[in-house]
Amino acid sequence: MINNLPYLSIMILLPLLGSLLVFAIPSALGAARIKSIAFAIFGIVFALFVTAAMQFQINATDQFQLVESYEWITAFGVSWSVGVDGLGLVMLGLVTILVPVVLLAAWRDVADDAVGKFYGLNLLLQSVVIAVFVATDLFMFYVFFELMLVPMYFLIGRYGVGDRRKAAVKFLIFSLVGGLILLAGVISLWVQSLRITEIGSFNLEFLSTLGLNIETQRWLFVAFFIAFAIKAPLVPVHSWLPDAAQSSTPAVAVLLIGILDKVGTYAMLRFLLPLFPEASAELAPVALTLATLSIFYGALMAIGSKDMKRLMAYVSISHFGFIVLGIFAFTTQGISGAMFYMFSHGLSTAALFLAVGYLMQRTGSSEISDHAGAFQITPLLAGLILFGGLSSVALPGLASFIAEFTVLLGTFARYPILAGFATLGIVVAAVYALWLYQRTMTGHPSDAVSGIKDVSGREVIALSPVIALTLVLGFVPQLAFDLLNPTSEKVMQQVSQVDPAALIDGEN
Amino acid sequence: MMIPTQVFLQPSIDWFVISPFTILLGAGVVSLLIETFAKRSMRRPLQLLLVFTSLVASLAMTAMLFGTQTLTAGEAVAIDGPGIALQAIIALVAIIGAAGLAENKVDPSGDAFAARASAIPGSSDERAFTQAGWYSTEIWTLFLFAVGGMQLFVVANDLLTMFIALEVMSLPLYLMAGMARRRRLLSQEAALKYFVLGAYSSAFFLFGAALVYGATGGINFDDIAFAIPTRPQMSTLLVTGVVLILVGMLFKVGSAPFHQWTPDVYQGAPTTLTAFMAAGVKVAAFGAMMRLVYSAFGSLIWDWRPILWAVTLITMFVGVFVALVQSDIKRMLAYSSIAHAGFIMVGLISGTNAGIISILFYLTAYAFTTLGIFLLVSLIRDASGEASGIESWRGLASKSPITALSITFLMLALAGFPLTSGFIAKFSIFASAIQAEQTPLVLLAILASAIAVVFYLRIVVLMYFRRSESDEVAVAIPSNFTIIALVVSILMTLILGVYPQPLFDLLAQSPLFIR
Repeated sequence: MINNLPYLSIMILLPLLGSLLVFAIPSALGAARIKSIAFAIFGIVFALFVTAAMQFQINATDQFQLVESYEWITAFGVSWSVGVDGLGLVMLGLVTILVPVVLLAAWRDVADDAVGKFYGLNLLLQSVVIAVFVATDLFMFYVFFELMLVPMYFLIGRYGVGDRRKAAVKFLIFSLVGGLILLAGVISLWVQSLRITEIGSFNLEFLSTLGLNIETQRWLFVAFFIAFAIKAPLVPVHSWLPDAAQSSTPAVAVLLIGILDKVGTYAMLRFLLPLFPEASAELAPVALTLATLSIFYGALMAIGSKDMKRLMAYVSISHFGFIVLGIFAFTTQGISGAMFYMFSHGLSTAALFLAVGYLMQRTGSSEISDHAGAFQITPLLAGLILFGGLSSVALPGLASFIAEFTVLLGTFARYPILAGFATLGIVVAAVYALWLYQRTMTGHPSDAVSGIKDVSGREVIALSPVIALTLVLGFVPQLAFDLLNPTSEKVMQQVSQVDPAALIDGEN
Repeated sequence: MMIPTQVFLQPSIDWFVISPFTILLGAGVVSLLIETFAKRSMRRPLQLLLVFTSLVASLAMTAMLFGTQTLTAGEAVAIDGPGIALQAIIALVAIIGAAGLAENKVDPSGDAFAARASAIPGSSDERAFTQAGWYSTEIWTLFLFAVGGMQLFVVANDLLTMFIALEVMSLPLYLMAGMARRRRLLSQEAALKYFVLGAYSSAFFLFGAALVYGATGGINFDDIAFAIPTRPQMSTLLVTGVVLILVGMLFKVGSAPFHQWTPDVYQGAPTTLTAFMAAGVKVAAFGAMMRLVYSAFGSLIWDWRPILWAVTLITMFVGVFVALVQSDIKRMLAYSSIAHAGFIMVGLISGTNAGIISILFYLTAYAFTTLGIFLLVSLIRDASGEASGIESWRGLASKSPITALSITFLMLALAGFPLTSGFIAKFSIFASAIQAEQTPLVLLAILASAIAVVFYLRIVVLMYFRRSESDEVAVAIPSNFTIIALVVSILMTLILGVYPQPLFDLLAQSPLFIR
């Protein structure tokens, strides 16, 4: 019986109902009870995820598992269809783990009277993001893709710091423009399906067998790619991210960068490549160029940043460059690496942002120059920040190293020069991470830093799952690759690409 | 030798199928009698009873007629799928609109209409009437005629019937627009503008009708459609006539460059009336226009399509750009309604059955959202009446979270966010247009939607992210009339956004115009 539970739909609906509950009667519940309700829901959702993951069969023949499908708007052939493959499962894991971690770290971020709305928005966000990661119907995906903006907009605009309103609006405008371009693409694709097969459908597998001509594919590819590149974000449509991150609280920034932005790269793999395989192959050089640009632009801008949150946002732009590089290198290894990267980047973002967030909360400043010598006063916190920083620069032994290494390896197989070039990005990364640590932690303690307390037990506990996962996956990455490899093989099949013969084979 | 005489055949009338609007027009007459004979204190309750009963009866009749396809009254009236659907939408909109108009708790001195419209603004008469607690109950007579006119408008099958319906619909609205209780001069000015420009547009319509009659020899839509291909030599006359008729219709739907009255009238009229007008007139006028261009002028699609193409573009962009710089919420919503008129015209241009269904859906969705948002506007007040300056909405979220949430939801619906009716409506319109090879127009419409989001969200930003600077502005507690109207509007906006399939099923069963 337990096998037939609609796990994925429950995972979407449960947080949604929870958010409605705490929105509707915040004062009747009280802050403490709202928090316990929210964490109970996060717990149940995580338990559901674990149960669902145990039923997942790694070598199944069907692409999607735990599939559910219900008719929704038959007038357009829209259905509520959900299912996961290895990639979907990994992303689900990221969401179900990171959201509670972040909220635990942000336990005292909001005043008691605002707890209802804050948790309501976060529950809503979790529900919507889960729906995005499991939707196998393009319309359903689009609906939730757009819907993500609403809770995020309020989380930045209402709970942020500094010029939060402007940042929230900028975030929204960029995303909306992307979203509307995507809408044009989605509708056109639907009309194409109507023309070719006389069935208007949004079913992903159905749409990927349409056999669109290259001309149409090109246009649609561009529409979809712009939307996903804004979300990821890639240079040159990245400029909303540093502002949004700077104006958010660290917790919200982790949700934004660690989870929401993954939707961009996730959607490239889930929709862009399978739907428009020929155009993807043809236009891959454009994507690769933008990815490489992002790697360097992000890294260089990070070095020049004075604000810690801005710095970390630019670091992320650089990392998104690596992910996109892996995707468009079209090698099994590159795509697996990119998917692994998406997960590990979520972890390292959480580790670094939250740890630096602890520091900023204590000193009340996010300027790098206000901090110095914190190591002497708060050694434990300094350790956490060092861990976050090293995770971000991909120290061997940590998950992010495996990710970056695999992506570069995968890229090297097809584009050796590009891969070599991108490797330089790693060197630059070491500079910004170590500089950040050096400037804030070492030396003589500054005024802002003196007198602050070291991290509390709650703060360490909040980060511990992230640290543990980073280490485990750093040493046993095969756990994740077993899940991800079938997906990347499937993607390779969909774009009809084969791995280039490995160099070692060539010598034989 | 017998002289052949023209025999006048009395057309047979199927009273049953035309009952939706005859009930209302009849109720209008009864309402007039109530005004004449009933005691002043009894008038309001009697009128309300009459209005709601007749509207519900009219709605019930449309439900009974569902699926009917017939011409009656000498082919002057065409009862068909879209016609009945439009009549039902109008009846629903009128019920909710009437609930809004019946509100008398929000303003301490009565409802939204002047105690007595004939009293000169600022005079001692006016004060006396107001203090006596009088109501202008004749608005209900006017209201019933307007709704009856709308319902006839959407089923009229010849140019003269259509014109008469147009006038029956419009004249009462001109009057009602000038009867606001507060800011009466502004209201009267708006009414005058509405009337003068409306009269002009009627003249255009009539003149166009005369030319079309000259070119085709008929006023009946069937005769016109039949005659068009047979008289190619008349094409200049015909196209001129069609364009003039379209000008008259475009005025009513509020599309640019014939939109100038919209902001003034929306702002000056009593807000609860604006709510009904913005929703009802839009539905009726688009319904009639759709019948006109599909049924009578369907074969001229290559002539009117480029014209409407240009008008659509101008309408969308005038709407969104001018809305960006408004400082009054009602004016902003007026320009937003202009932009929406543009989006609906995108569906009109597609000229297909899918286009008709998508327009009907859009009109339904838009009507409920618009009713809701204007009714909410009418609740936000300061000492002098409504606080419709956008800046005075600062910090509304902290004063009344539920109002702010409702406004946000409806604004998102107007902006076309998923899970609101606005998204599905836009989606279906755009899909029908792309199917009809109108992709460039859709891309431009999507661009306009992107711009529109800015001014809708500006309101949200003001309500949530800014602090209120004064305690003067507050949200009035309305009576159950408004509360029910609001709950229905918001629920419809949500339901049509989450599960629109039943409505599509209904609309798809008979999407054809008959003539």
